[in-house]
Amino acid sequence: MNVEFVNPFLSATLRVLETMASVEARPGKPFLKKEGGAQGDVSGIIGITGPTNGSMSLSFSRKCILKIVAGMLGEEMAEITDDIKDAVGELTNMISGDARNELGQKGYQFQIALPTVITGLNHEIRHKCNAPTIAIPFDTDAGPFVVEVSFEN
Amino acid sequence: MVTEQSAIDFNQKVLVVDDVTAMWKIIRNVLKEIGSNHICEADNGAAALSLLRSEKIGLVLTDWNIPPMTGLELLQRIRREPASKDIPVSKVTTKGQKENILDAIKAGADNFVVKPLTAETIREKIEQIFRTRK
Repeated sequence: MNVEFVNPFLSATLRVLETMASVEARPGKPFLKKEGGAQGDVSGIIGITGPTNGSMSLSFSRKCILKIVAGMLGEEMAEITDDIKDAVGELTNMISGDARNELGQKGYQFQIALPTVITGLNHEIRHKCNAPTIAIPFDTDAGPFVVEVSFEN
Repeated sequence: MVTEQSAIDFNQKVLVVDDVTAMWKIIRNVLKEIGSNHICEADNGAAALSLLRSEKIGLVLTDWNIPPMTGLELLQRIRREPASKDIPVSKVTTKGQKENILDAIKAGADNFVVKPLTAETIREKIEQIFRTRK
């Protein structure tokens, strides 16, 4: 996978969370993900097509997403509600859109699909291609989340 | 110091069109932060057109994806209907690429807000609309 395609998702994640939720996220060391299981309790995934095809996902721990959505909506959140699922879909949309805009400035014109949100214990994230998946762990004051990017070679 | 007076008419009702109701809350909070308290919402194009016929709306902020209609189709419908053809419309979207901006401007959008959005961005864009239309 072209690593040039990964960094825009990292910077978009930091930008979107800071702007929309006033949450500072700290990226950890990226790793190659071997299994399909999600790292978190609620995930969003979105298909991406263009010079190469793939997908991006976000997977949040419960505590982390409750804090992020509280920051986005300006109200306390205590459980995974429809508002939380909507917000995860919107975050997936915004982060992929922001990364798409950055990739567009580099000459790579991608299109993004509509996001899908998955919840539940031990849910699976199925990326849209069979290429290796790069996972970037993030930490916040409210707990961890993971961004995954997978593009065909 | 001379401060330029805002061109925004905060008495005008703002219609927010988005299929994601969490976005209603986000945009409502942002609008309240800049002083706009007259807000109504629609989760699809048909509902938006219906509100535009029945209420006095001063500004529309619409998302690009509002199935089954697209934001672009809604914009074209707004510009075709006599009751709404002159109402300012700003597109709120993640699609910030040149061709998307051109499509929206060609269809009659006044301007464009690219998500993630802040109160400052929304204020600037609305200000721009009201100044241009004065």
